[in-house]
Amino acid sequence: MAIRQLSVFVENKPGTLAEVTDAISDAQIDIRAMCMAETQQFGLIRMIVDDVETAKQKLADRNLFVKTTEVVGVAVSDEPGGLAKAVRIVGDAGINIDYLYAFISVSKKNAYVVIRVDDNASAEKLLADNGFKLVTEDDISTL
Amino acid sequence: MGNFFQKEFETMPVEQIKMLQSEKLVKQVRHVYDNVEYYRNLMDEKGVKPEDIKGIEDLHKLPFISKEDLRKAYPYGMLATDLRNCVRIHSTSGTTGKRVIAYYTQEDIDMWDECCARALVAAGGSDEDIVQVAYGFGLFTGGAGLNGGSHKLGSLTLPMSSGNTDRQIQFMMDLGSTIICCTPSYAAYIGEVLAEKGYKPEDNKLKSGIFGAEAWTEEMRRDIEKSLGIKAYDIYGLTEISGPGVAFECEEQTGMHINEDHFIAEIINPETGEPLPEGEKGELVFTALDKVAFPMLRYRTRDICVLTREKCSCGRTFIKMCKPMGRSDDMMIIKGVNVFPSQIEAVLLNEGYAANYKIEVDRVNNSDTLDVYVEMKPEDFSDKIKDITKKEKELSAAIKTMLGIRPVVHLVAPKTIERSEGKAVRVIDKRKRLGITI
Repeated sequence: MAIRQLSVFVENKPGTLAEVTDAISDAQIDIRAMCMAETQQFGLIRMIVDDVETAKQKLADRNLFVKTTEVVGVAVSDEPGGLAKAVRIVGDAGINIDYLYAFISVSKKNAYVVIRVDDNASAEKLLADNGFKLVTEDDISTL
Repeated sequence: MGNFFQKEFETMPVEQIKMLQSEKLVKQVRHVYDNVEYYRNLMDEKGVKPEDIKGIEDLHKLPFISKEDLRKAYPYGMLATDLRNCVRIHSTSGTTGKRVIAYYTQEDIDMWDECCARALVAAGGSDEDIVQVAYGFGLFTGGAGLNGGSHKLGSLTLPMSSGNTDRQIQFMMDLGSTIICCTPSYAAYIGEVLAEKGYKPEDNKLKSGIFGAEAWTEEMRRDIEKSLGIKAYDIYGLTEISGPGVAFECEEQTGMHINEDHFIAEIINPETGEPLPEGEKGELVFTALDKVAFPMLRYRTRDICVLTREKCSCGRTFIKMCKPMGRSDDMMIIKGVNVFPSQIEAVLLNEGYAANYKIEVDRVNNSDTLDVYVEMKPEDFSDKIKDITKKEKELSAAIKTMLGIRPVVHLVAPKTIERSEGKAVRVIDKRKRLGITI
């Protein structure tokens, strides 16, 4: 059920992000969601794309250090309190969220959240039981 | 007991070696005094005459030659014979200043080649071997030295030079090279590429390798031995004294035997110049007894090392030198602490990292900074920042334990630090750019 996220490790210096986005755009792949985290030394670029395998290959072809990680994708209503409810449920269950990032879909008028936890299965079950709609990779490519 | 290339010298009783050295020294001092004006002046300033030198017990009376002297005497000032007698030059890389040019007569080349042949035999070589020389050829002494030694021995020699790793591997596999000679960092790289191409260590026919010309550690030796499936031997030398083969390792792998019939080694206190007793750590000094064209007397190598004359199971009687603990050219003083890149390398290998790294020293707000760039282990890649920063902190702490100062460790993506095919340039000292004398 979980969706695959691409993580790219880059040095924290000018131009490295452009290298990553060039690789993706040259392959005509669409980035659905993206989040960057950085320290003084390095940066991590995390992305949800509509064609994971091709994107991974294109990045590796450019000698970029890339890997896939399974994350939980969940749809939340695009209104005040939508995200708060989902996060509260996961937190109350004692599941630690390492990071999350959100994106919206104009066509479906929905907001989506990508959540990184250590135990995907538990988090997914919990959210589904509480009426949240989980996002699949198929959903991602048709958003 | 191992095999020898020139057993009569390599196993000569110590007393006899000393007599031979004394005899040669007296003649060599006369040769230098008569032919090298620069050194004659040094001796005259010190009030030493050739007749004052009656044997090795008088060696300490002679003035030293430093790298600075060689720079001052550049290009012909140290030449001790007519140019028509010289057949070749070699030169240092010049990375620490002006190049040093060394001249060789045919006798000089023959002596040097024999030293390298001894090293090859000590590494298990014979005329039945196929020796792949992957040191650079040209002004650098690495390629020429081992190439000459392999010829003397009668082995089939592959004068590959360094670089073009695909071709190195193709020749190694197709011809079945049995001994490889190159810099240790290049050997490690060849091992990496072999594994990438799907070869296992037992797929090649190599049995040993002779590696030198740059600092390397015991950990790196084990890595190379494992990845190539060989026994890795150390070799020592410097252009000023001849080239590789001044000292070489035997199967004991506990230090390098110095070719004492050709060279006298001393250890001195680098501050005072006083000779130190055997077993003490200090600067290595060489006197070349047989060199005709470019005869160095008491040349200060700036290598920090220890000499020991313990009985060796290989049967050689030559004194052994340890792996240099750092060339004082490499030594950096960071926040008042002496730091050798080899110490940092030892920690990296110990912690399971590849020997590919870059060290950057700078001065920010009047304080020295030390940055170490290391390639991340692929299995350590995480999408979580905290996992990677944890690895950086662990490595930084391990280096601090070794050096006493804490570096900033930067993990970088695998294969992003440039691989070297010759001498690896691993240290960038930006303080020099600022004109700071260290």
